[in-house]
Amino acid sequence: MNYKMIGKFIGQILMLEAIFMVPALLIGVYFGEVHAVLCFAATMVLTFLVGMALYLFGRGSRSVFRTKEGLVCVGLSWIVMSLLGCLPFYLSGEIPRYIDAFFEIVSGFTTTGASILEDVEALSNSMLYWRSFSHWVGGMGVLVFLLAFMPSREEGGFTTHLLKAESPGPNVGKLVPKMKDTASILYILYCILTLLDFIFLLAGGLDPLSAICIAFGTAGTGGFGVKADSIAGYSPYIQNVCTVFMLLFGVNFSCYYLLTLRKFKDVFRDEELRTYVGIVIGSIALIVWNLRGYYDTLAETVRHAAFQVASIMTTTGFATTDFDLWPNFSKGLLLILMIIGACAGSTGGGFKVGRMLLVIKSARRSIQQVVSPRKVEVVRSNGYKVSEKVVASTNAYLAAYMMIIIGSFLLVSLDGFSITTNLSAVVACFNNIGPGFEMVGATGNYSAFSVFSKLVLILDMLAGRLEIFPILILFSGNTWRRRG
Amino acid sequence: MKIIVAGDGKLGSSVTRQLSLEGNDLTVIDRKASVLESSEGRYDVMSIQGNCAAMDVLNQAGAKTADLLIAVTNSDEVNLLCCLTASGMNPDIHTIARIRNPEYQEQIYRMRDIFALSMTVDPDRQTAVEMERLLKYPGFLQREPFAHGRVELVELKIEKGSKLCDVAMKDLHRTVNCNVLICTVVRNGAALSPDGNFVLKEGDRVFITAATNELSALLKNLNILTHKVRNVLICGGSRFAVYLTKLLQRSGIGVKIIEKDQERCEYLAEILPKAEIICGDASKDFLLEGEDISSYDAVISATGLDELNMIISMYAIHCGVPQVLTKLGRGMEVNGSIISSMNLGSTIIPKDLCCNNIVRYVRAMKNQTGAALAVYSIAGGQAEAVEFKIDETCLHCGEPLKKIKTRKNVLVACLSRGTYTEIPNGDTCFQVGDIVVIVVSGGGVISNFNEIFV
Repeated sequence: MNYKMIGKFIGQILMLEAIFMVPALLIGVYFGEVHAVLCFAATMVLTFLVGMALYLFGRGSRSVFRTKEGLVCVGLSWIVMSLLGCLPFYLSGEIPRYIDAFFEIVSGFTTTGASILEDVEALSNSMLYWRSFSHWVGGMGVLVFLLAFMPSREEGGFTTHLLKAESPGPNVGKLVPKMKDTASILYILYCILTLLDFIFLLAGGLDPLSAICIAFGTAGTGGFGVKADSIAGYSPYIQNVCTVFMLLFGVNFSCYYLLTLRKFKDVFRDEELRTYVGIVIGSIALIVWNLRGYYDTLAETVRHAAFQVASIMTTTGFATTDFDLWPNFSKGLLLILMIIGACAGSTGGGFKVGRMLLVIKSARRSIQQVVSPRKVEVVRSNGYKVSEKVVASTNAYLAAYMMIIIGSFLLVSLDGFSITTNLSAVVACFNNIGPGFEMVGATGNYSAFSVFSKLVLILDMLAGRLEIFPILILFSGNTWRRRG
Repeated sequence: MKIIVAGDGKLGSSVTRQLSLEGNDLTVIDRKASVLESSEGRYDVMSIQGNCAAMDVLNQAGAKTADLLIAVTNSDEVNLLCCLTASGMNPDIHTIARIRNPEYQEQIYRMRDIFALSMTVDPDRQTAVEMERLLKYPGFLQREPFAHGRVELVELKIEKGSKLCDVAMKDLHRTVNCNVLICTVVRNGAALSPDGNFVLKEGDRVFITAATNELSALLKNLNILTHKVRNVLICGGSRFAVYLTKLLQRSGIGVKIIEKDQERCEYLAEILPKAEIICGDASKDFLLEGEDISSYDAVISATGLDELNMIISMYAIHCGVPQVLTKLGRGMEVNGSIISSMNLGSTIIPKDLCCNNIVRYVRAMKNQTGAALAVYSIAGGQAEAVEFKIDETCLHCGEPLKKIKTRKNVLVACLSRGTYTEIPNGDTCFQVGDIVVIVVSGGGVISNFNEIFV
């Protein structure tokens, strides 16, 4: 292990995080929140100093990343970033317990949106902003941000490992040959879409702070709102804007890049995108049918159904209505959507539509091979052969995914809540959604869980956001052994 | 610059490495996923799997907007088709193809026109030319030409009893009695930049720049025996051996080739009537002994297997052959000095020769003012010798060198003005039109002349 280089890298991330806190500080100054401003200032100084110390410790290190170091770097940096990022909540006393503050910021960075807050509206404006901003930067990835704007022409493709570790999806490819350019393109697209969302929300009459917080929550597919009833209190226009943008942020960003290159055919023929749209439309239709008579008009039913499907499928976790009160079929459907998740290469979490397609195709092939053992068949995606290595690793991902859900479910069950609460809490955290059912439903929160359960859920959120392996590798003895 | 590299083999990955380090946008095409994965993991490049001559694949790789295509797969025909297809898709694209089949050699210039190639590279031919140059000046391990051949950078090993042994740099001129500059010394595998108090030791490898016409004086003054090479033994009858034999026979040098394969021997005997062809295994020392290896002026080990070549060279050196040349197909990428620390005579790595050529073309293509004209990596990749032409954009024209601050790892090694060549000292100043050779040690690429100033 190259500790020096990992230190240098995490140091850079922390210094960047300190800079990210500047807008929150300014918002505090604007609203005259003296106490919050002091807490932000203290955190910034501390974060910057720790970052600087790590950076100086790692100065002059060899700059070649091995794959393992890349994974460890990603996993560790997210944890360290959260440990320091939660300090404003804790220091200001707005979230009195450290573990709760930690849970909240991890939920923010991983774009989960699961909250331990009983009353969101009691938070000061700067804290609300910081909470939502964590969604935005966590959505596309802090390391990707660093790659996009870090001046470096160093040898070694270490950046590829980092992008692969932080970007959601089974086979991450570059859009253009240079890593830095790829990262910049992603962030530029991301900024443009967020800005559009913000403008549409402003046009709906929201105040700028709420608009930017909701835009951040939508862009990162996070789900932190600024009101206790999430999005329910806003006008239908705002809700529809959110529905549309949530769905847009759940699409693979390379599709948008292809659109800018005017390769419309490639986009419309994309299997994953077609499946994603199909699932969304199908689920909305089924839920509308299932909800007959729940709401006054058909328009209202469609609005709520569409919003909830978009929110759950893209793993955002906003709510316009308490879907916990819906009939069981609709709830069951939502639970399945939670697991499927958004498209690979989007800001959404979950198992990913693309990966699900691969798993189904490879399962179908295996079944056919039982019937005719000599049959040779390849798994295709968009007409191209998918290498057996990718198929195998996707299946391995499914196995790891299931094992983590089962293990976490068992550990969380120690707290003694109902099976639905526990299972939906684990699924909602691991897939970075936020609200589950019953106690952790759209109107509930995670505050009742024990410290141990919260830790398990925190790791689930991180593992879900970073696609499992960067977090798992931190727990492997081999990683830390010398000369391993 | 947007560059596509088709074929990620030995040469392809060397080119990829060098060009990506220089900050170009690279896309690599290969049929094998495993080699692409390794390239993507090491360098900042994009990869496409598939047949590089297929339009669909070239399109994916961005051939329509690329500036340069480098086709270096193992098949000449695929390379040609690849370049032809790409030029069809994008008339502005420059193309470089590797063509190594000797049957095409005679028509290579016509092929360039027919296939709209900007350049062709042939590792075998280039290696042969390089080795012939070395054989003409026995004593030097490596020779690189600069400034249209007026300046050379040569590598010399300090043998036991050499006049250079235990000489401090400041006394160098008194010893060698001619105008040369030692720019880099490799000692125990590490490249050092010597200062005035640096003392040369036995076993050092020194890199010297000098005007080409000073070279024979240098060898004479150092008492290095330069009896002309009259007969050469080549182990391995590859395409390279054919080229080299033809080149050597032109200057009246006798050649004997040892080749294992009977059919190949017959073919060689057919096309090289004046050469002596022996059918046998060159790795057997009794065979080499039987052919009286120690009576040759030079032995060249150039079979297809690197390890075999190394053993043959060691044996030849042991037998006291004055000049031994080793052809190595692979070479080391990260730590090239391992090879130069071994006693193998001159080592020639064909893919590096080709790679240098291609990089030179790319730098010239960029055509930015002050771009490098030529670049050679020396001392096992630990240093680079770069040639620049001084133009109006140069920052310190007309100022004496002692007044200019240059970067620490940069040495101005030679300056050529018209027909006159000088080793720079403190009073030398740059003038527009001069050709300057600088040596950069310790990594780092200098692509613009003004980068050498602090």
